[in-house]
Amino acid sequence: MSLQEELRGPPPAKLIVDHVSKWFRQKRQTVHALDDISFEVSEGEFIVIVGPSGCGKSTLLDIIAGLEQPDKGQVLADNQPVHNPGRHRLVMFQESALFPWLNVFGNVMFGLRLKPGLRNSERREVAKFFLHLVGLEKFMEANVHELSGGMKQRVALARALAPNPRVLLMDEPFAALDAMTREQLYGDIQRIWEKRRKTIIFVTHNVREAACLADRVMVMSPTPGRLRDIFEVKLPRPRDFNSIEIAQHAAKLTAVLRGYKGAEPAMATP
Amino acid sequence: MKRTLLAILFFVALVAIWTALVRAQIWSPVLLPSPRAVLDYLVSAVRDGTLLSATAVTLRRLVLGYVIGLAIGLPLGLLTASSKFVEDTIGVLALGLQTLPSVCWVPLALLWFGQTEGAMLFVVIMGTVWSVVIATDTGVRTLPPIFARAARTMGSGPFHRWIHVILPASLPYLISGMKQGWAFAWRSLMAAEIYVTILTGFGLGHLLHYGRELNAMDQVIGIMLVIVLIGLLADKILFSPWERFLHRRWGTGRI
Ligand SMILES: Nc1ncnc2c1ncn2[C@@H]1O[C@H](COP(=O)(O)OP(=O)(O)O)[C@@H](O)[C@H]1O
Ligand SMILES: [Mg+2]
Repeated sequence: MSLQEELRGPPPAKLIVDHVSKWFRQKRQTVHALDDISFEVSEGEFIVIVGPSGCGKSTLLDIIAGLEQPDKGQVLADNQPVHNPGRHRLVMFQESALFPWLNVFGNVMFGLRLKPGLRNSERREVAKFFLHLVGLEKFMEANVHELSGGMKQRVALARALAPNPRVLLMDEPFAALDAMTREQLYGDIQRIWEKRRKTIIFVTHNVREAACLADRVMVMSPTPGRLRDIFEVKLPRPRDFNSIEIAQHAAKLTAVLRGYKGAEPAMATP
Repeated sequence: MKRTLLAILFFVALVAIWTALVRAQIWSPVLLPSPRAVLDYLVSAVRDGTLLSATAVTLRRLVLGYVIGLAIGLPLGLLTASSKFVEDTIGVLALGLQTLPSVCWVPLALLWFGQTEGAMLFVVIMGTVWSVVIATDTGVRTLPPIFARAARTMGSGPFHRWIHVILPASLPYLISGMKQGWAFAWRSLMAAEIYVTILTGFGLGHLLHYGRELNAMDQVIGIMLVIVLIGLLADKILFSPWERFLHRRWGTGRI
């Protein structure tokens, strides 16, 4: 290792999830949603969290976003504990969550208007830039209900990117789309990530999606939600969703996930 | 164009049937005056100024009571939707009082305020407030929580969220609540004007009342027509633009 590299050190950890546990207490029962989750995400990394549905992925993402509070542990963003949601960590949800009372442009402007230090003319420029980036500059004036599912998620992506958050959190954003649209968006999201170098945490139950997008895949198992394994995916980008390498990685992830299911009863009493 | 023509045709047919019924002399002309007689009354009432001044008096009361009703009902509805305590108290009260026909407020208003403008206003406000509270409450409650969550992650604080997310998101409910409130205000005011005979202003309800006292059916029917017309115009002018906006933005209203 050269002195230069030694002095520069590893890039600073952008996000630290530190022994996070979460329970949902209800009248009938208590669900142990997350159990002692810890990991670090560095600047510009593309992390995919994969696991079967109900394993706590959304809960984990909500906690990172600050929408939920952990019962134990904490999340640090740039060494500051996360207590509230804030525009440095924007979330893109499975349903687009676009505001039907605003048109496409108004939706992208919503987050920008809340960002201080910009003139309104600059905000409009930024909004146009991101609508262009997702290929929807022609649909600025369109109403939300006039868009297809894929276009809606593109607008949601533009809305999330526009205020220039440090971290982009994506909760199964493409799960409700048809396969063709989804594959197109895998290309888009990789292209945009290359260009903007955002730190992304992307949640999915689709192993192929995980292998296609991630620098590192975090594998979770359910009841209670645990972080079981971390895989690096060292494939060149842009990656083709249908390539044989992706399929191989996906197969490996599938096998790993199956393994946890078998071990489930034993895990109940640690 | 074709729709306008059809509508005109429909109303011409209605008047024709009316005329035919009068001609048939099934009922005495005292009970069912001819369209001609009603028109004559309306023309004379416009000429001597009673109709216009009565309409002005009525509309002033209506608008004043309605605006106050909205100003009380909207925030109250937001409160019942966001606080359990207010829901269990004011919310239950609103639900109960909404079912009360507005005429029922008249005796109370008379005892409390006497034969005054205050009594009128009270009846109109009571007729408006509760349905606006209920509509606002329902609108806010049926919102998908994802809107507020998305807004929070974009840095929207509680106050900003009320103004820029909760209110516009529940707009479809708010508009229909305001429309319902308007209809109730209109009804309550007519009830109030018929029962509260005061000297500070002669409204359309009073004209209706005296028409009955004088057995002047042309006046009664003429005033009823004016009341219907005002209701219709208010709907077109006040609410239609909003409803068109809702349909365009939300993509609703077309089957
Ligand atoms: N608000 C909540 N109240 C009660 N239980 C919840 C709540 N949110 C999630 N859960 C439970 O926590 C577990 C994890 O849910 P979630 O994070 O949505 O999983 P995933 O996103 O991986 O499908 C599930 O068992 C779910 O039922
Ligand atoms: Mg989920």
